Amino acid sequence: MPGHGRHTRRWYGILAAMSGRASLVLAVLPFALLAAIYLYGSAARHAENPDDKVMPTVGQLADGIWRAAFEADRKGEYRLWVDTKASLRRLAIGLGLAALVGLAVGLNIGVLPIARAATYPFLIFFAKIPPLALLPILFILFGVEEKAKIILIFVGVAPVIAIDMYLRAREIPYEQVVKALTLGASQPEVIYKVVLPQIFPKLLSAVRLSLGPAWLFLIAAESIAADVGLGYRIFVVRRYMAMDVIIPYVFWITFLGYLMDLALRLWMRWGFRWVGEGEK
Amino acid sequence: MSATEPSGPWQLELKQVVQEYPVKGAGWKRVLDSLDLRVPAGELVALVGPSGCGKSTLLRLLLGMELPRTGEVLVDGKHVVGPSRERGIVFQHYSLFPNLTVLDNVTYGLELEEFTLLGKWVRYPRYRRRRKTFRSEAMHALEKMRLAEHAHKYPFELSGGMRQRVAIAQAMIMRPRLLMMDEPFGALDYTTRYDLQLYLLDNFYQTRMTVLFITHDLEEAVFLADRILVLSPYYVTDSGAANGSRFLLDERVPFPHPRVLAIKKDPRFGALLEQICELGLDPSRRQLYRERGPGQSAGGDAS
Ligand SMILES: Nc1ncnc2c1ncn2[C@@H]1O[C@H](COP(=O)(O)OP(=O)(O)OP(=O)(O)O)[C@@H](O)[C@H]1O
Ligand SMILES: [Mg+2]
Repeated sequence: MPGHGRHTRRWYGILAAMSGRASLVLAVLPFALLAAIYLYGSAARHAENPDDKVMPTVGQLADGIWRAAFEADRKGEYRLWVDTKASLRRLAIGLGLAALVGLAVGLNIGVLPIARAATYPFLIFFAKIPPLALLPILFILFGVEEKAKIILIFVGVAPVIAIDMYLRAREIPYEQVVKALTLGASQPEVIYKVVLPQIFPKLLSAVRLSLGPAWLFLIAAESIAADVGLGYRIFVVRRYMAMDVIIPYVFWITFLGYLMDLALRLWMRWGFRWVGEGEK
Repeated sequence: MSATEPSGPWQLELKQVVQEYPVKGAGWKRVLDSLDLRVPAGELVALVGPSGCGKSTLLRLLLGMELPRTGEVLVDGKHVVGPSRERGIVFQHYSLFPNLTVLDNVTYGLELEEFTLLGKWVRYPRYRRRRKTFRSEAMHALEKMRLAEHAHKYPFELSGGMRQRVAIAQAMIMRPRLLMMDEPFGALDYTTRYDLQLYLLDNFYQTRMTVLFITHDLEEAVFLADRILVLSPYYVTDSGAANGSRFLLDERVPFPHPRVLAIKKDPRFGALLEQICELGLDPSRRQLYRERGPGQSAGGDAS
């Protein structure tokens, strides 16, 4: 704890002084707790019924992971990687398109009154459509292949990103825009040299927050109609109550989401040092 | 430097300018009332007045950020309809570009002047060469502002006074024909403030630009300006109480350039201060003020 001797901060309360090691311990604690509860529950169930499938033992889980990742199935495929590749591809295209379109729309309606008048009310309306309710329509329109899944992610995420980008663009003080004009900027230069660079890092935040919904839409679409994908696999093996596959898959999906979040966070921290402390 | 009639149009001209803002459920609140003003090129004008009298509002009109309810705002004989390269501004509340370093903030205008959005990439080798020149010019300005060692920091890493100095460098380096400053030295410590006052004067002598600056420091106003304008809502008319601020005083400062500190000891300096001070004052305070005497820089109720 910083500040030794008699004049130290309390270790609790809103002014608490935290050392790096204490933070680490506290961060690991909930993970350890979850693992402990699982191990205990699993052991208890297996003591009662050795054939229990609901909470597989560590050994069974490891076995399930091994089979999914390193043993070819009947089609000669390594399921986990094939599923991961298919799902990530859908997610990347859907989310990437949503980010690009969201940024373009938000930027334009943020700076151009005419674009705002023509688009903003519709955008608010559009954003209120529950994307999952569109799923049947998308399947009918675009078939059950890739397109419908990507479009579902796009439709679910793009309006939210666009609205967020619009609000960020509007947050830029009018004085800054005027300042740029007095320094000789043209209107496009105000848009691309004042507004865009300032809302770009906020786009990364918006994408970060959209990761959750994007995965939700992806798995929903995969679970209804697909022949490969992480969501598809979970719903297929559910029929056999194969918790030794479902649990690792859920964990893997979570871990992938965490990695993406981390990558975006690091990009923000290293790429945009000027963004306020709180947003890093 | 006297207010001689220019051969061309006035650098800055107001004709019966009125500005009002809507009040919720109560019509309009008049802030500026029938302002008339003519400023020839090359004059250094100080605008003083109590807080809330509409000084910043007048600046926004001159910038073209807002248009007047009625009346005309002309710069170089042309109606002001929007911000332009000819009219530089240092805002009351700093408005640096937060995503650029101090140095990049200062070179911002210089780069825009020579390179368009795409031109920068089309003529990239040339841009690289020119950027060196821009940067050394900017560093020179930053040295004057005693900010050289902060050149590579971002605005969030600076104190308020430092940011203000960057904003001044950013505007001055462009040498606009008309430079407007809204309380530019308000947040500065005493020595830095004096340095920058002299820096402003030097720049003014070199470039002969027209300067309009707002300040709450009356001593600063008299020390720097050729001409002092007092904008205030505290006056009475034949038809009753005032509605909106007017120029209650438009006075030449009787000292030659270049200014020296000694003029502050001149009795005319004190007399002018007192005259300005009294006019900008809330009438309810005038009695008190007469009994207790003026403070050195009592710019109305400086908020
Ligand atoms: N956009 C606006 N809408 C409504 N009222 C406004 C608006 N802008 C300014 N005002 C009003 O106009 C008056 C003058 O404001 P202004 O900012 O010009 O004062 P000022 O002289 O610059 O004061 P200070 O010295 O404190 O900076 C204030 O009473 C303010 O409430
Ligand atoms: Mg003001």
